[in-house]
Amino acid sequence: MSTHSPTYVPKSAGAKWLESRLPIIGLVHSSFVAYPVPRNLNYMWTFGAILMIMLVLQIVTGIVLAMHYTPHADMAFSSVEHIMRNVEYGWLMRYLHANGASMFFVAVYIHMFRGLYYGSYKAPREVLWILGVIILLLMMATAFMGYVLPWGQMSYWGATVITNLFSVIPVVGDTIVTFLWGGYSVGNPTLNRFFSLHYLLPFMIFGVVLLHVWALHVPGNNNPTGIDVKTKKDTVPFHPYMTVKDTFSATLFILVLCWFVFYMPNYMGHADNYVPADPSITPSHIVPEWYFLPFYAILRAIPNALLGVIAMFAAIAVLAFLPWLDTSRVRSGSYRPIFKLFFWLFVVVNLGLGYLGAMPAEGAYVIWARILTILYFAHFFVFLPLLGLLEKPKALPNSISESVLKKSGSGMPQGAAAKPQDA
Amino acid sequence: MAETTPTAEPTRRDFLFIATGATAAIGVAAVAWPFVAQLAPDAEVIAAGAPIEVDLAPISEGQIVRVFWRDTLIFVRHRTAEEIEQAQETPLSDLPDPEPDSDRVVEGREQWLIVYGNCTHFGCVPLDFQGQYRGWFCPCHGSVFDTSGRIRSGPAPINLPLPPYEFVDDTTIIIGEAA
Amino acid sequence: MKKTLILAGALIAALAMPSGAALAAGDYVKPPRHSWSFSGPFGTFDREQLQRGFLVFRQACASCHGLEYVSFRNLAEPGGPEFTPGQVEALAADFRIQDGPDSSGEMFERPGEIADRWPNPFRNKQEAAAANAGKAPPDLSVMAKARTFERGFPWFITDMFTQYTENGVDYINAFLQGYVDPPEDLDILAGNHFNLYYPGQIVAMPNVLFDGAISYTPEGSDRPVAPETVAQYAEDVTAFLMWTAEPHLEQRKRIGFQVMLFLLVFAGLLYFTKKKIWGRLGEDGAPEYRA
Repeated sequence: MSTHSPTYVPKSAGAKWLESRLPIIGLVHSSFVAYPVPRNLNYMWTFGAILMIMLVLQIVTGIVLAMHYTPHADMAFSSVEHIMRNVEYGWLMRYLHANGASMFFVAVYIHMFRGLYYGSYKAPREVLWILGVIILLLMMATAFMGYVLPWGQMSYWGATVITNLFSVIPVVGDTIVTFLWGGYSVGNPTLNRFFSLHYLLPFMIFGVVLLHVWALHVPGNNNPTGIDVKTKKDTVPFHPYMTVKDTFSATLFILVLCWFVFYMPNYMGHADNYVPADPSITPSHIVPEWYFLPFYAILRAIPNALLGVIAMFAAIAVLAFLPWLDTSRVRSGSYRPIFKLFFWLFVVVNLGLGYLGAMPAEGAYVIWARILTILYFAHFFVFLPLLGLLEKPKALPNSISESVLKKSGSGMPQGAAAKPQDA
Repeated sequence: MAETTPTAEPTRRDFLFIATGATAAIGVAAVAWPFVAQLAPDAEVIAAGAPIEVDLAPISEGQIVRVFWRDTLIFVRHRTAEEIEQAQETPLSDLPDPEPDSDRVVEGREQWLIVYGNCTHFGCVPLDFQGQYRGWFCPCHGSVFDTSGRIRSGPAPINLPLPPYEFVDDTTIIIGEAA
Repeated sequence: MKKTLILAGALIAALAMPSGAALAAGDYVKPPRHSWSFSGPFGTFDREQLQRGFLVFRQACASCHGLEYVSFRNLAEPGGPEFTPGQVEALAADFRIQDGPDSSGEMFERPGEIADRWPNPFRNKQEAAAANAGKAPPDLSVMAKARTFERGFPWFITDMFTQYTENGVDYINAFLQGYVDPPEDLDILAGNHFNLYYPGQIVAMPNVLFDGAISYTPEGSDRPVAPETVAQYAEDVTAFLMWTAEPHLEQRKRIGFQVMLFLLVFAGLLYFTKKKIWGRLGEDGAPEYRA
């Protein structure tokens, strides 16, 4: 119908010259301009673009901070204070980077829960989903090592506790931990290697993100109905429809980020990390960053150290097997009334675990942590497999455009909406 | 419906789009600024560049002493009568960057030559008392300076520049100025 | 093997949050909320208060506590107490700073300059500890950000919207006024002191603020510029410590307001742009991309 070709045709002589040698403009055009996306994507689908922006923001502010930071146990803390006080806009760079990390996780968790709700992990998007899990793991490693760099009390003791997790591995655990440290406790060699890796990992994340986007563009986006794109009528080109929508959404997201950066920059951090690292005193209440709290709660819920560590890593690893644990053929939770309940239960379980992760592990908190840990794993190993077999899903619409027009148009003739796909 | 009226506004960009685009451009420029500004010398570096006091008394005739202001090398040279004479008598026509010796020292204190210590070619430190004129000779690319720190031959384009300084008394100078 | 056990033990101990934490967390009074000039989105420091706070710091704190990230020059910079450059130069010159080595390899002392950091009262942590019954007084540069107290549910959520970030200063302000008579039945070891607000309530630091001990009367005047009371001293020095911890607070909030304003306008424009672009979609979907 459209006279415009969806493929890129170079116009100028220079563009033609380049395109016949390296068709990179054509690649960008087909991936981010002409790329067709379902027209019914809601605002939950803008978090992919938001995450891309956050990754770039973290890398750029991080490179700037690395220009002024000193990765040495004696100087790290004071070099951070140097950035905060003496470097022009240094406080802005550091607060953007620290709060950006938190908001990165806000966005990635929303992105993941959107995928969980709308069944975005199901065939043919399993590889896309698994790449996402790998990105999450890399992000966690990066964030953890980044939090060590200011070399405050939380940095030091967080590093001590988390590296000690590996000591529970039978036989080789001790050796592994010593090798992680580069010494006999967390110290200057540890700080140096964490700095090195903290600088490296974001670029690995970037690489996996490219694979993630590639794996997205082969089957195309999932959408709120979960049904496949059937005709061109079901889609809109990425530009300008999604670019403007993503930009709008990202602006609102950055507004929230700036609320923290400019008005409460230390809200998501810990006061103890403004105390320089001291190997002779552990803070009375050590907790990880908020985005690790649900996993930390699972770790502490289990009395056996080895099993606790296994459970914690399993809580993340299980996500990779999700495409095969969910037996339902229906993708979108919108058409699965009982799944919907369990989905929201799972959200509450995660929030609950997060809260418990911040509380001392004693009394009723431990009991609750155990109950929620069981519910967490039950969601994957019991509820999802059974729901697919037992639940009766609602009727699916015939096409994406039908579902859109039904929702939006009252003045729409029914016949037009149900028009067969003849375009 | 949009595509039934393709001629209505096919290329005209209306005010809204221009306003949005312009705002975005302002935003990008505003965000870029702190990332550029952070490259400037930070407040501590600037503060550390306060003027320095140099005591000339221990510098004997014929000696060159190296001092640093703002982390930059400065030669303080106590010139001999012969060196002063040589510098003063060089005709300006012999100089690639003509400048009389009297412009490079303080009147009445001609024995003190105070110049930056990095070759004006690409910044190497020239060797003391070397070269044809016994001023300095830069080992990197062969620039030759005379006893007034002026370029005589070689690739360096200009004379060794003078740092800001002033005499407090006969044997004390203050090098540098407030940032 | 033994090491495994020790590590595992340390791990379990660390993860299980030993009862010591509970004990420490249980026994203290939550600091009362104080109103600060620098709180909220438009907060700024009160210059006079920071100058008084510096006076209190110098007379009551500086003999034991360091302020190592603050340089003399900072005291004259915008956004802080804003002493005149002359005042700061004179202040710096009052101190003897070790420098060197000189050309003969000897360390020497010279008068302080504005680029110098605030001199530590002790040469090192060991000396600080030895002079203070084994506990080194902590540096105060970032103290206002290094202390907090448990806000609890639901306040930790509402704080996000009310922009309550004064946990640290509320605590310090309360702590400095928290030296009250201990309960009768409490046994306090020598060298320790009772403080209502300190976690665990037993603290090594003695009370240092007393009514009238620090003069707020400027030279050539016979009336103090502010009440010479413990409450006033505590408030002033706490505000001063907020500035030392966050010297760019005013700039941050000022730029923040501009950024928020910009983002709101930009988001509004984008909203209408988005609406306009999506409005082009025909009802049978076929989208047309127009350059």
